[in-house]
Amino acid sequence: MKTDLKTNFKAIIARAYVRIIAANREPSWWFSETLLPILSTAAYVYVYKALKAPPEYTGFVILGGTMSAYWIQVLWSMAAQFYWEKEMGNLDLYMIAPISRMSILLGMALGGIIQTTSRAAFIFLTGSLIFNVSFAVVSFPKLIAVFFLTLISLYGLGMLFSSLFMLYGREAWHGVTLLQEPVHLISGFFFPVRNLGFVVGVVASFIPLTLGLDAMRQLAFKAGAASGFINVNLELSVLAVLCVIFLVTSKYALELMEKLGKKEGRLTLRWQ
Amino acid sequence: MNYAVETFDLNRSFKLKKAKNKKENNNTPGKLIALDNASIKIHQGELFGLLGPNGAGKTTLIKILSTLLLPSSGTALVDGVDVVKQPDQVRKRINMVSGGEHCGYGILNVRETLWMFSQFYGIPTQVAQARIDVLLKILKMEEFAKTKIGKLSTGLRQKLNFMRGFVCGPKIMFLDEPTLGLDVQIARDVRAYIRTWMKENPERTVLLTTHYMAEADELCDRVAIIDKGKVMVCDTPGNLKKTLAGEAVFRIEVPLAANGMETFGQISGVKQFAYEHKSHLGRTELKFILHDESAISNVTEFLSNNSSKIVSLSKMEPSLEDVFVALVGRGLKDENGSQN
Repeated sequence: MKTDLKTNFKAIIARAYVRIIAANREPSWWFSETLLPILSTAAYVYVYKALKAPPEYTGFVILGGTMSAYWIQVLWSMAAQFYWEKEMGNLDLYMIAPISRMSILLGMALGGIIQTTSRAAFIFLTGSLIFNVSFAVVSFPKLIAVFFLTLISLYGLGMLFSSLFMLYGREAWHGVTLLQEPVHLISGFFFPVRNLGFVVGVVASFIPLTLGLDAMRQLAFKAGAASGFINVNLELSVLAVLCVIFLVTSKYALELMEKLGKKEGRLTLRWQ
Repeated sequence: MNYAVETFDLNRSFKLKKAKNKKENNNTPGKLIALDNASIKIHQGELFGLLGPNGAGKTTLIKILSTLLLPSSGTALVDGVDVVKQPDQVRKRINMVSGGEHCGYGILNVRETLWMFSQFYGIPTQVAQARIDVLLKILKMEEFAKTKIGKLSTGLRQKLNFMRGFVCGPKIMFLDEPTLGLDVQIARDVRAYIRTWMKENPERTVLLTTHYMAEADELCDRVAIIDKGKVMVCDTPGNLKKTLAGEAVFRIEVPLAANGMETFGQISGVKQFAYEHKSHLGRTELKFILHDESAISNVTEFLSNNSSKIVSLSKMEPSLEDVFVALVGRGLKDENGSQN
C-alpha cells in the first residue's frame, strides 16, 4: 500500500515534470499564450472605455483574461490530452503501468497549473499595469480560497472530460471546440455574469469559472459586490462541492471508460 | 513447473460494422475472430517466439496479456496472476515494447524520457539513472542522451522506445515486432541486448512476436506458429524444422508472374507451395515443399510446359518459414495464399 502510494506520487511528479519543462523550452508558447491573450483582453478594455463603463470593468476584464488562460489550458491540454496521448502511443504505456490513471491526470493537472500560472500571472500583471487597474481586496483569505477552489474544480472538470476523450477521440474533440466560445460568453469572462440573468447564471455555474470569477470580482474590486451574481460565501460552498463532484466523477468515469475500452477493443484504437 | 505465461482456450473477437450490402450479409454485424481457443504455456526464463503473418492474432494476444484488452472468453495468467481479475498485479511484473511505435514527448530529451517512464514503476531516481547509463551504452545511444526526442531519427526513436521498456525492470517482457522497420545494424543491437538481458537473470522471460522467421530462429528457445487466431504448433525451432526432414524444399525464381499461381500447388509430388512477388527485381519467388526430391522434375516440366522461364533454382535447408508454409499452405507474404 505504502509502495503503491509512493509509486503514484512519483508518477504525478514525473508527468507534471513534462509540462513544467515544456513551459521553459518553447519560447513561442510564451508569445501565443501571453501576448495574444493580452491583445484580446485589451480589445474589451477599449470597448468599455469607449462606452464609458465604470472603471471597475477594466479590472473585471483583466481578471477574465487571466482566468481565460486556465480555461484554454484545461480544454486543450487536459480534456483533449488523452486524445493526443493515444495518437502518440503513450496511452498504452500509461495503461500498462502499475499506477492509478488518476495519477497521470493529477500530474497533468499539477504541471498544467504551474505552467499556466506563470502565463496567467504575466497577463494579470501586465494588464493591470498598462490599464492602471486599482484593487480593493475585501478579504485575502477568501480570495485565495476562491482562486484555489476554482482551479481545483476547473481541472477536475478537465479530468472528467479527458476520460471521455479516451474513447471518443474526434467526437469529443468537436465537443470541446463547441464548448470554447459559448463558455467564454456564459461564464462572464469579460463582464459580470449577472447581466445574463439568473437562469443562465445558474446553468453557467456548472462551469467553475463562472462562480470563481464572480466571487473574485466581488472580493477584489470596490464595486464588485454590487455587480455580483450571488453571495460570495455561497459561491465558495458551491465551488467546494463542484471540486468533490468533478474529482470523484472523473475517477469513476475514467474507470468506466477504461473498462469499456478494454471490452470493445477501442482503448488503443487510433485515428478514430 | 513455473510458467511465466499460460493461456487456456483464449478467445477474442471484434464486432465489425454492419455490412452495407444487405443481400450478402443480411445486414447483421460481422465478427472478426482474432484469437481462436489459443492455449500456450511459456516457461519462466524462456525466450518464446510467437510467429505468424499480419493479422494472425499476435498483437491481440500481447494486448490481452498486457491488460490492454479483455478476452472474449478463456483465461490468461501472467506469472500465475489472472490478467482479468488482477490486472494491477500483472502490471507490476510486465512491460511491453511495440515495434514501429514511439513514446514520450518531443520536448523531453532521451534521458528525461527514460526517467519519466521509470517513475511510473516507482524506481528510485538513482537506480533509474544508473540503468539509463547502462542502456545508453549498450545500445550505443550515449551521444543522444541530451537530445530532444523530437529531433531523433525514426530508428533512434524506436531504439528509445525499446530502452523505455527495459528501464522499468520487468520480469516478463512482451516484445511485439521489436525490430520492425529498423535498419540492419540497429536490429542487430536490439537482438543482442535481448540476449544479454535474458542472461543477466534466469527468471526473466520474453514473449517475442515477429514475422521475421530468421529472427525467431536466431533468438527463441521455443516458438509457436499462429495463424487466423489459432496456435498451429509449438516447439523448439530445431524440432519444428525436423518435421520437414523427409521433405525437400526448393526455391525457384521466375519472371514476374501475376496469374495462375494456384495451379502450381496441383503439380504431382508438391506438398505445399508459396510465392512472393518481388516487383523491384521483376521476379516471382516460388517455394515448393515436395514429398521427395525427385518431384522437382515434375515442377520444372510443368513450368516449361507453361512457358515459364526459370531464372534460378536452388535446394534449401528447411527454415521456420517452410514449416509455416507446410502447416498453413501459404507463405507469410502471400497476398491471397495458395493451397495444394
